[in-house]
Amino acid sequence: MKTTLLHLWHEAAGARFAPFAGFDMPILYPTGAVEEHRLCRRSVGLFDIDHMGQVIISGAGAGEALSGLVSSRILDMKPNQAKYGLLLNDAGGVIDDLFIYRAAYSGAEEKEDAWFVVVNAGNRETDIAYFQENLPSTISVEDVSDITYMIAVQGPRGVELLDYLSDGAVSAIPRSSMDAVTIAGIPVCIGKTGYTGEDGVEVFYDSRESLELWELLMSGAEEAGIEAGPVGLAARDSLRFEAGMPLYGHEISPSITPLEALLAWACDFNKDFVGKAALLAQKNAGLTRKLVTLNVTGGVPREGYPVLNEKGAEIGRCVAGMFCPTVGSYSANAFVAPEYAVPGTNLAVLIRGNPKDAVVVKRPLYTPVYKRENR
Amino acid sequence: MKLDANARYAESHEWIRKEGDAFVIGISDHAQHSLGDIVFVDLPKVGAVFKAKTSFAVVESVKAAADIYLPIGGTIIAVNERLAESPELINQDCYGEGWIVRIGSDAPGDWDTLPTHEDYEKIVGTEE
Repeated sequence: MKTTLLHLWHEAAGARFAPFAGFDMPILYPTGAVEEHRLCRRSVGLFDIDHMGQVIISGAGAGEALSGLVSSRILDMKPNQAKYGLLLNDAGGVIDDLFIYRAAYSGAEEKEDAWFVVVNAGNRETDIAYFQENLPSTISVEDVSDITYMIAVQGPRGVELLDYLSDGAVSAIPRSSMDAVTIAGIPVCIGKTGYTGEDGVEVFYDSRESLELWELLMSGAEEAGIEAGPVGLAARDSLRFEAGMPLYGHEISPSITPLEALLAWACDFNKDFVGKAALLAQKNAGLTRKLVTLNVTGGVPREGYPVLNEKGAEIGRCVAGMFCPTVGSYSANAFVAPEYAVPGTNLAVLIRGNPKDAVVVKRPLYTPVYKRENR
Repeated sequence: MKLDANARYAESHEWIRKEGDAFVIGISDHAQHSLGDIVFVDLPKVGAVFKAKTSFAVVESVKAAADIYLPIGGTIIAVNERLAESPELINQDCYGEGWIVRIGSDAPGDWDTLPTHEDYEKIVGTEE
């Protein structure tokens, strides 16, 4: 079992660990997952997410070739811009979801075509093999996961904390962009993205400085009077779930298409990409199932629990389910036939043999702060 | 690990305390700590009858559901209604405000045969 370089820090902090995607990861700390979730919504949460992988795809024509493999429109991205995208199989199923950054070079390297791609921990090998097989041999596919450390700083005061340690350099970075800055003397790349529905950043830096930066952020927060603490994978899951973001193996998988998972917005049908034909065929034929969020009364829905219609017939299964601390609901995601996907539809979830009332609700449960109107 | 010296315990980590003719039941500090944040309690109906060592309630934490067993057989005479709104009372005060049910028993003498707090401490010790 692999561990991240901060494993000893987590251990000293009293974390509880569990295996995730081949890594022994901190699931929660002594304050508990619910409080960690609330801390991130209220102030700042620090996430060790170094299990995630990073790949640099570069060489003449790299962008053109990569564009044929990913669902989203990337060729008109500006240097430093970030975009969400999907790798699909020929049947339109999701191999992985990615964050794609267009690298920025200056001077002589100006013409170099380079892309920095963040992949899920459990799919690192699969994705890299897929890139190597499907990109021309002249394009370089370099796995930089081991030399790149990755943490996330998320929450309403996250940018303020980084600004405090970088002379205000971080607030100047636009949302969905990356830039190189120096945090308390350590060179880092900051991506203004996240997986919580809060403002915040993901930080990429030299793994030899993994602990130093992490501790600087903790002590910086204390100095600046900003409440902050570590957040484990349990709260990371409830944060992303409330904000309506998919998790590989749950809302997306090789047997689920982006149309079913409500991710058509991440597909650019004005260009070619692997899986496009299958998606168009599915669109023409009509969807047979769609992702819905259900609020359940009288129990906690969990992954695998059957979803029933009003007649008691099974119409799907929960792919994720939990208590949502900010919303205060017991909610599940499930795939059901479109006729059941309308908000307000009364269904049930079978919990330990007892059907419990469930109602289809509008997604997401928690609107990401950067998507709110009148901000 | 906090213990209530007035309570008896079960190997499945419940505590049971005599209150007059009745018994009050909850889960131990060790149990609430192992489970983590408790987010839901599935309570039995008042009047329901359970044999000893059968599941009468389910406590749900962030990541899992755990069955709770009666240390001695009996009839549910009250449930802690506050847990419906505030399941975290079990984390905050497992021997007090986080009690789960009150039962009446036909075999109150069974209580005396259960592990004491000292016995229970040893049971937990060997588990770890």
